[in-house]
Amino acid sequence: MTIFIAILASTIIVATSILYATVGEIFAQLAGIMNLGLEGIMLMGAVTGYLGVMQTHSLGLALLYAIFTGVLMGVAYAFLTVTLQTDQVVSGLAMMTFGTGLSGFIGKPVVSVAANMAFGDIAIPGLSSIPVIGPILFDQNILVYIMYFIIPLSLYYIYRTRYGLLLRALGENPAALDAAGYNVYAMRYGYVIFGCTMTAIGGAFISLAYTNFWNEGMTGGKGWIAVALVIFASWNPLTAVWGALLFGGVSILGNYIQMIVPGVPSQIIGMLPYVLTILVLILSTGSFRKKHIDVPASICIPYDRENR
Amino acid sequence: MSEPILEMKSITKSFAGVVANHDVNLSLYAGEIHALLGENGAGKTTLMNVLTGTYKADYGQVFFKGKEVSISNPKHAVELGIGMVHQHFRLIPTLTVTENILLNSGTCPLILNTKAMDEEISKCSQKFGLQLEPAAKIWQLSLGEQQRVEIVKLLYRGAEILILDEPSAVLTPQESVEMFKTLRKMADSGKAVVFISHKMNEVMAHADRITVLRAGESVATMMAGEMNQDELTNLMVGHELPKLEKKATGKVGDIVLKCEDISANNDRGLPALKKANLTIRSGEIMGIAGIAGNGQKMLAEVITGLRKLTNGSVYYKGTDISGKSVMQRNRMGISFVPEDRLGMGLVPNMNMMSNVILKKYGNSKFSKKGILNKSAIQTETEEYVKKYDIKNAGIQREIRLMSGGNQQKLLIAREISGLPDLIVVVYPVRGLDIGATEAIHEIVLQQKERGAAVLMISEDLEEIFALSDRIGVLYDGYLSDPLITEDTTKLDVGRLMAGIGIGAAKEDEKEVTA
Amino acid sequence: MDKKRLVMVRRDKLPMYLRILNPIIFLIVALAFSGIFIIMQGFNPVTVYIKMFGEAFGSASGLSASIVMGIPLMMCGLGVSIAFKMNLNNIGAEGQFAMGAMASTGFILFGPKLPGALQIPMMIIIATATGAAWALIAAIAKAYWNVNETIITLMMNYVALLLLNYLCYGPWKDGSGLNLPYTKKIPATAYMSNLGGTGISIGFIIAIVAAVIMYWFFNYTTAGFQISVIKNSMNAARYAGINVKKNIMTVLLLSGALSGMTGAIQVCGSIHRLQPTISNNAGFTAIVIAYLSKFNPLVVILVSIFFGGLAKGSFTVQTQGVPAQIATMIQGSILIFILVGEIFIKYRFARVGQHESINKAE
Repeated sequence: MTIFIAILASTIIVATSILYATVGEIFAQLAGIMNLGLEGIMLMGAVTGYLGVMQTHSLGLALLYAIFTGVLMGVAYAFLTVTLQTDQVVSGLAMMTFGTGLSGFIGKPVVSVAANMAFGDIAIPGLSSIPVIGPILFDQNILVYIMYFIIPLSLYYIYRTRYGLLLRALGENPAALDAAGYNVYAMRYGYVIFGCTMTAIGGAFISLAYTNFWNEGMTGGKGWIAVALVIFASWNPLTAVWGALLFGGVSILGNYIQMIVPGVPSQIIGMLPYVLTILVLILSTGSFRKKHIDVPASICIPYDRENR
Repeated sequence: MSEPILEMKSITKSFAGVVANHDVNLSLYAGEIHALLGENGAGKTTLMNVLTGTYKADYGQVFFKGKEVSISNPKHAVELGIGMVHQHFRLIPTLTVTENILLNSGTCPLILNTKAMDEEISKCSQKFGLQLEPAAKIWQLSLGEQQRVEIVKLLYRGAEILILDEPSAVLTPQESVEMFKTLRKMADSGKAVVFISHKMNEVMAHADRITVLRAGESVATMMAGEMNQDELTNLMVGHELPKLEKKATGKVGDIVLKCEDISANNDRGLPALKKANLTIRSGEIMGIAGIAGNGQKMLAEVITGLRKLTNGSVYYKGTDISGKSVMQRNRMGISFVPEDRLGMGLVPNMNMMSNVILKKYGNSKFSKKGILNKSAIQTETEEYVKKYDIKNAGIQREIRLMSGGNQQKLLIAREISGLPDLIVVVYPVRGLDIGATEAIHEIVLQQKERGAAVLMISEDLEEIFALSDRIGVLYDGYLSDPLITEDTTKLDVGRLMAGIGIGAAKEDEKEVTA
Repeated sequence: MDKKRLVMVRRDKLPMYLRILNPIIFLIVALAFSGIFIIMQGFNPVTVYIKMFGEAFGSASGLSASIVMGIPLMMCGLGVSIAFKMNLNNIGAEGQFAMGAMASTGFILFGPKLPGALQIPMMIIIATATGAAWALIAAIAKAYWNVNETIITLMMNYVALLLLNYLCYGPWKDGSGLNLPYTKKIPATAYMSNLGGTGISIGFIIAIVAAVIMYWFFNYTTAGFQISVIKNSMNAARYAGINVKKNIMTVLLLSGALSGMTGAIQVCGSIHRLQPTISNNAGFTAIVIAYLSKFNPLVVILVSIFFGGLAKGSFTVQTQGVPAQIATMIQGSILIFILVGEIFIKYRFARVGQHESINKAE
């Protein structure tokens, strides 16, 4: 029984590490901009967070380092894709390459150097004593708790506020909003920066909460999983949670699978989320469906007022 | 109903030297349905765009409720209470009806309370007797329902003047009837309703007041019932006798193209070509007149193989080609000059040589076993340049650098170079200056002389009368029986273009008055 | 008073010297930008760069090593270029590479024994076919259902890499010797020979031949012409009767095939066995290379050698404490700044009146 609790608690952690980037990217894609560079931005968030802790001995400041990095990279990416209107696939890959390289470069001095400062688990009094659920949900670190708020807040923002309505319209038909007098470019900048910042925080989570060290490439593809998850979740933060739990659960399960079902290699289980994503993508956007109802219509198409 | 709620006086607007509106006057009255009648290019849409703030008039004044106003941008027009439903709806498919209406209403609350908002929209639409499902997503609605959403969008913002651009264009006959009932309700509740149309039966049946525009000018305004269809048609197309160009006398030979009961759907899956019949012989030019949007694109595409038939067959020189591919038809001698020069007929970012072999790269003259013969292609291109005097920026340069007239010359040169037996041309001189126009017309006539069969689809009656031997008219997907040009007047053609005496128009008239 | 505003208008023509100068300028800007971070880490960028480029290109042995590192990049770069040339984002080169390596190594280690002369050709054929097959799902989904190929090819990467991981740690692991996730070495008869004494395998020749064939294919054949038309205008392609579906399938399969072939070349020519890092991010770097080369096959070869040199140079400066990731960082910043520079190739600054539209017709 304790094993299951341990598995589920770990699943929450892994899921959270993916969710920050996923939620951020959901906002960016709803606005019409796709960012394939999440892996690189996550790594930058992880390394700057870790360096921050080494330098300032304060987790709070370290988090600010990561946030600042996310903002900078967000501005750069928005400049490429919104102002210069460069192809989003290539721009994203450029960000990924640069982020991966730069993070490894500036992180070298602190590889295998223990920071001994991580976001520790905080057991919420009362709630954490609930049998089974308690230890799983309420004995986690603060970044996990913050995510518990971010999800409903995101849902509320997207579906229940005027700004969310504008966001959804933005990704579908920027020309209509532009004609109505809204500043499409500023809006897109905002959401891209938000997305990159969230991604950077997700990276910091990995080096400061999930684990407590820095090594190059330590995000292990979570940035890419986030990209897949956004589509798997059909741009809905709540569905993203289920998807993240699924992806997270599967990767944790991989470690334990030999105990439960001997003979099934962990890697085969690991393939499932990716195969599922392909299926979901084909089934939800294939032209054999009567109508694409999910993909934001203007995604990957830069908005150019003069060529309306 | 004594004072007009809106007056436009002496409105003049030009674009790059082309006059779209010249000294146009229009008065709108609350409680009335006003129809703007005219052909394509008459200036109707431009005038409405000035009213809604999309364009700024070069000269003229607008008075709203007696006070002069300067409508500087679309937002201002909305604030005044002027709203327009365009031909292409501006709705967002993945959002609900309520969300679409509230999105630009300016009164969208910060926190969305779906139930309350839905109720509010329901109330608003019911006030005007319109049926709406506020929670439905736009992509789930039919076009008629979507149009209703567009209308409620305007009403919700307190529009007092409602403009609809060709509102029945995307509707089924039944939906059209409903729509006009709605417009009448709007008028009865005190709004000023304007609809743009080229359909005579609609205008006669539903408008209280009619203004006819022709060639950018407001030719006449009258109350409904003051004039009959013929008089109105005359105003729409003009009295002048068309200039008959001295046509080359070619021998008219065997039947090259025969279309039997051909039908096709448009991109939305609705019938857009309805059991048309057409016969063209070698050595003759068949002109197809009609307001754009009545099935022209479908007719051309069905004959050239770009669109599937839903009914009927196409015979080319006796053979049924209904199932043949575009490439097969190319090789059989059918060529196509499409209306979308840069979007379809040519590739703007490629150079002249590439555009010359766009369809003929497989021809043994230009390639052997899959390998291009570049020198042969260059020679061919240079021949075209010389023969048709095509001014260019260099045959290695992208053709988007060339002027419209020269691009069209290249396109036509390419299409006729294989000495095709059937040539389909759509709006051949659209957007071209006089010099280019004359050159293109000359080329078309030469083809007829050579013995080719030419199908020319055009919205310019002058052009149709000048070049065609026979004339057919497309209206609402129906093709009229062909008229012999020499024996036809502009009025005859004009009536058909406006829908009088063609296809299901007769049925429509019965339904509407019921 | 017509207020003038600054806009960017499409250029009509670009003088040749600018076209060449632009990337060079931005390359230097990229190096300077990366230099900032080098300084932050306490090194002198000038000396670091001199050492890197000197080692990579300054000597025969250095150049050889650069080319060796560039071979997998070239092949994948060519594969990726085919797809991108038709606006298809095949970012699954990494997975196709891995699958090709797996299939060919699996065949040679566990399949029927072949005479020595047939081994390499057979491995190449199997790898190529497997790479193409790996791209098939994306090809069908895009051609027939218009599903975005970007995500599908990306996901297929992970399936392939996980499979590779499984095989190397699992059933194909070399039981004897060190407990490392490597397979046994392939038979010596399947080693690709080297050119002279340089250490460069004949894979280099294969890559150059492939590049020349590709160049010729795109510029001189009817098939290549059709691809150009589709890329420039889908509507015009339909109008001309070009079979768009067939071309999409062909291009994606060819792209996968070339990337798959890279797997066999890397195994036969360099590593001589299968290991989890066999592809080593070549599939992603190849995309950067392909884009920088503007998908011109001949330029891909050169840029790949340059990137190979960056990798070689980064190993060298590692001994002096400069982290090897400097190569990836430079690669990323080059791409970013070249992207920025692009804007000046396509557009120039101009002043237009407040109400003028920059479009010619209304």
